[in-house]
Amino acid sequence: MNKVVSHAAEAIHDIRDGATIMLGGFGLCGIPENCITALVSKGVKNLTCISNNAGVDDFGIGLMLQQKQVRKMISSYVGENAEFERQLLSGELEVELIPQGTLATRCLAAGYGMPAVFTPAGVGTEVAIGKETRNFNGKDYLMEMAFDADYAIVKAWKGDTEGNLVYRETARNFNPLMAMAGKITIAEVEELVPAGELDPDHIHTPGIYVHRIFQGKDYEKRIEQRTVRKA
Amino acid sequence: MALTKEQIAQRIARELRDGYYVNLGIGIPTLVANYIPKGINVVLQSENGLLGMGPFPFEGNEDPDLINAGKQTITTVPGSAFFDSALSFGMIRAGKVDLTVLGAMEVSEEGDIANWKIPGKMVKGMGGAMDLVASARNIIVAMVHSNPKGESKLLPKCTLPLTGLRCVKKIVSDLAVLDVTDQGFRLLERAPGVSVDEIRQKTAGKLIIEGEIPEMVF
Repeated sequence: MNKVVSHAAEAIHDIRDGATIMLGGFGLCGIPENCITALVSKGVKNLTCISNNAGVDDFGIGLMLQQKQVRKMISSYVGENAEFERQLLSGELEVELIPQGTLATRCLAAGYGMPAVFTPAGVGTEVAIGKETRNFNGKDYLMEMAFDADYAIVKAWKGDTEGNLVYRETARNFNPLMAMAGKITIAEVEELVPAGELDPDHIHTPGIYVHRIFQGKDYEKRIEQRTVRKA
Repeated sequence: MALTKEQIAQRIARELRDGYYVNLGIGIPTLVANYIPKGINVVLQSENGLLGMGPFPFEGNEDPDLINAGKQTITTVPGSAFFDSALSFGMIRAGKVDLTVLGAMEVSEEGDIANWKIPGKMVKGMGGAMDLVASARNIIVAMVHSNPKGESKLLPKCTLPLTGLRCVKKIVSDLAVLDVTDQGFRLLERAPGVSVDEIRQKTAGKLIIEGEIPEMVF
């Protein structure tokens, strides 16, 4: 079994119009830059994208929005993206906003083989509309379903030829959760090493969850809010 | 004089206690980190996956892999830990975070909060706010008392879509410090030079005033 592919275009070659895709990252931190570029080049349309954010106007998922490739976004926070807000308010883009912890836990449930989870987030708000509510020990909880995604596309710091992944700092965020949750999981890594070079004690995502892996190139790693203190 | 953003943050920082794990929201709450009282140890949780958040980096030391929930470049302190977003909200849901500080567009006298959407105008999303307010043991809201038109944001009922129900415990506004009680907003302190009458006028929700209300000192 060979999981290693040569580049992003090969990794995403079978993604078709109408697919549901999870994309890792928080803001622009830890996003699969190479695969996003490849999806833009491929021009697939009518996508449902599950990602915490929608990038910025000219980077990340924002690039796919510019090309009108996304039919529906499932996210928790979509500020800082004018084109996104325009498509949302004009009705061109369908958007489902869900609490961030709910987003994370619905990925987790998919990767753990659990059909649903209960969370108090959103009780009494419009997030609760149409959802089953259960009371446990005097507190209300919403039943939230595990995600069902055709593909998960994640970015890791290091990976090996078995598909084992290691993330770096806060670029971890949603990546290990989405890696567990896709029917097909594609991982792009900054450094791909032979099996045996990563310490098994330090693996964040075991390779069983990863179907395709490649070493990405030309990472821009753009900073959204560069903030410094005075020396 | 109404408090500045920095003074609101400074006043909230006085609520911190030694050993607290604290989540600070975007905006004024982020500034609270600048005023942690000397001699106490507080661990800052950033819900994108970090315990032990440090100050902003010096110029040249920015690391694109190391940001806070406001997407700002940050640093870590000794003893910090990284984790994924599910674990992050797991510790929040399990009540491990002692104090959450966040901003609000409206708060009701029952402690309901609205801060994620203005229908037809602005939709940024709730981010982690709904998870935080549903589970945090103690929630302090940092806000301005009234909007630019002078209309109160401390209301009998919220008019905007809710973020959470009956969850706010305390408010530090530019005019006052108030507890949210079963009977309504209880006025605890007023900003220097701001009268009880002015606060009464700018609080649309039920306001409880008992005895002398001290001025905050900075």
